Amino acid sequence: MQTFDLEAQGLRALNSALHNVKGQSNETAWEVVNPKGSHAIAVGVDAPVDITVRGSTGYYCAGMNKQATIRVKGSAGPGVAENMMSGTVIIDGDASQYAGATGRGGLLVIKGNASSRCGISMKGINIVVHGNIGHMSAFMAQSGNLVVLGDAGEALGDSLYEAGLFVRGSVKSLGADCIEKEMRPEHIALLADLLKQGEADHLAKPSEFKRYGSARKLYTFNIDNASSY
Amino acid sequence: MSDFPHTPPKQSWTFSNDVNAEIRRAAATGIYDIRGGGSKRRLPHFDDLLFLGASISRYPLEGYREKCATDVWLGTRFAKKPIHLDIPITIAGMSFGALSGPAKEALGRGASAAGTSTTTGDGGMTEEERGHSKSLVYQYLPSRYGMNPDDLRRADAIEVVVGQGAKPGGGGMLLGQKISDRVAMMRNLPKGIDQRSACRHPDWTGPDDLEIKILEIREITDWEKPIYIKIGGARPYYDTALAVKAGADVVVLDGMQGGTAATQDVFIENVGMPILACIPQAVKALQDLGMHRKVQLIVSGGIRTGADVAKAMALGADAVAIGTAALVALGDNDPALESEYRKLGTTAGAYDDWHEGKDPAGITTQDPELYGRFDPILGGRRLKNYLKVMTLEAQTIARACGKNHLHNLEPEDLCSLTLEAAAMAGVPVAGTNWIPGRGGF
Ligand SMILES: Cc1cc2nc3c(=O)[nH]c(=O)nc-3n(C[C@H](O)[C@H](O)[C@H](O)COP(=O)(O)O)c2cc1C
Repeated sequence: MQTFDLEAQGLRALNSALHNVKGQSNETAWEVVNPKGSHAIAVGVDAPVDITVRGSTGYYCAGMNKQATIRVKGSAGPGVAENMMSGTVIIDGDASQYAGATGRGGLLVIKGNASSRCGISMKGINIVVHGNIGHMSAFMAQSGNLVVLGDAGEALGDSLYEAGLFVRGSVKSLGADCIEKEMRPEHIALLADLLKQGEADHLAKPSEFKRYGSARKLYTFNIDNASSY
Repeated sequence: MSDFPHTPPKQSWTFSNDVNAEIRRAAATGIYDIRGGGSKRRLPHFDDLLFLGASISRYPLEGYREKCATDVWLGTRFAKKPIHLDIPITIAGMSFGALSGPAKEALGRGASAAGTSTTTGDGGMTEEERGHSKSLVYQYLPSRYGMNPDDLRRADAIEVVVGQGAKPGGGGMLLGQKISDRVAMMRNLPKGIDQRSACRHPDWTGPDDLEIKILEIREITDWEKPIYIKIGGARPYYDTALAVKAGADVVVLDGMQGGTAATQDVFIENVGMPILACIPQAVKALQDLGMHRKVQLIVSGGIRTGADVAKAMALGADAVAIGTAALVALGDNDPALESEYRKLGTTAGAYDDWHEGKDPAGITTQDPELYGRFDPILGGRRLKNYLKVMTLEAQTIARACGKNHLHNLEPEDLCSLTLEAAAMAGVPVAGTNWIPGRGGF
């Protein structure tokens, strides 16, 4: 285990060291101490390393992650795991706005609550939130899945494309073109798998969720839908 | 009575034929007009400025003998690997999706042969373009279509797009006809749907966030790449200042004449300011911050000739970018295709339905039959020629003004033909020392 003191050694040294981990390295486990809400911690990592951040992070922690498993033993600021490609990011606390924004793959687990615009413009990532999510979540979400054990705020899934949304609690309101959909056996199976991966299978059962998706009415421009655009 | 001359028919200026035609079109279709290209109205522009040339107090450089350099460094503020271009005319960001693969290849070929850079666009980086571009600027857009860290690292510079001159404050649109399998795959979207690009970035709002976003991109790319910020011509003084504060290496400023692949006509014609009005404001912001020439300024929007390049640079820009002109050089709107334009209900020079994907020149289309007609090698050669001609033209003017580098051109070399252009560009009306708004009357 490599221990990296962010306060003493600085952000540039951390990311540069993480970018230098390639292929068969022995340095597969890293611990970052004294993060103190710093921005851009462990961004652009592209190796199967295990990184534990002991404390809370600022903006864009784990941005564009590939392969790595990154755990934050605290809360995460805006844009955690933005545009993640693969790997796993686990936040023990809460996550601020835009968690998992535009993510293209991998798994983001938020054990607390997520703020507004969680999963905005997501493009293939899977996101599991143990708590609640804020307004405008999954706005223009293209693909991937967003699983919420708690409640969702206003305008869930506005202008949604093909992402799958699963919410166990209440949904304050659905956004334009987002509708409730039938939960078929394949969705139950998918959800069971996501709950397991998201360390939430002991907290909820797939049958307790409702599924939401795109009505696909905004897919072709039509003047009679103008008020929805 | 019958001999009394009757009033000849008189058309209204307010309700012109164009205006009435648009009212009828809206009434018939129920949808606003979407089109490509830039503003078509007459705007104050570089045409309204003239160079003074040399005189007794200023001596010229010998046309074919004395050196007039044209190179430019971009990204010298923070990037470990700034870009060095032979000429200050770059190719603006135009998306794969809007343009065909072969057209992107031709842009790369032509730009590289002329010693300049090309830029990706909404829709991600293609092999055609990366492979054929010596210097490639990778756009970081609100939609983030195709965005990934490998392409960020393969790029020579990164351009965070905040706005475009054709539509400051507007998002993008790519109509279903152009969403082929390949375009759909690169954007993670279903094929054939009308696809909207967001107008705002998904994970930052405002200048303080932008600064952190730029820090993140720099960290991901190990501080190697120049980072540009592209803004539309809305509030150029403040936007330039905020871009500098956010940590930009380069500011790209696009005026309202700037082309687009597909935007509402009402947006193109009514939002944003002409590039002439934008440049002095941006230069002033850079000067006020002590950053002129340290953070480079690239300007675009209706640049067509070496004279336009020279005028933009005399006003303080470090380089320019061209979009529409590059497409015309490749063969867009060529009268040789007139019979095909007629079939589409238009005529060469006026064709702007680039969003429909039926371009007979094979440039703004994803139809294999149409883009198969376009020869990227020939297109690249034509673009190179055009870029070289523009450079020679700009050098000709600079030498006449006694300048041994295009960057030495200055506002003092200019005068204006109109009051509007004089006020916007901050140069005197020809034959006077009057700069409206600044005194001298
Ligand atoms: C076909 C086409 C596609 C464009 N696509 C983009 C784009 O994806 N991203 C962007 O920032 N600007 C885009 N633009 C705008 C150009 O980058 C540039 O700002 C503009 O073309 C400059 O003005 P000009 O066309 O008068 O030279 C596009 C322009 C055209 C003509």
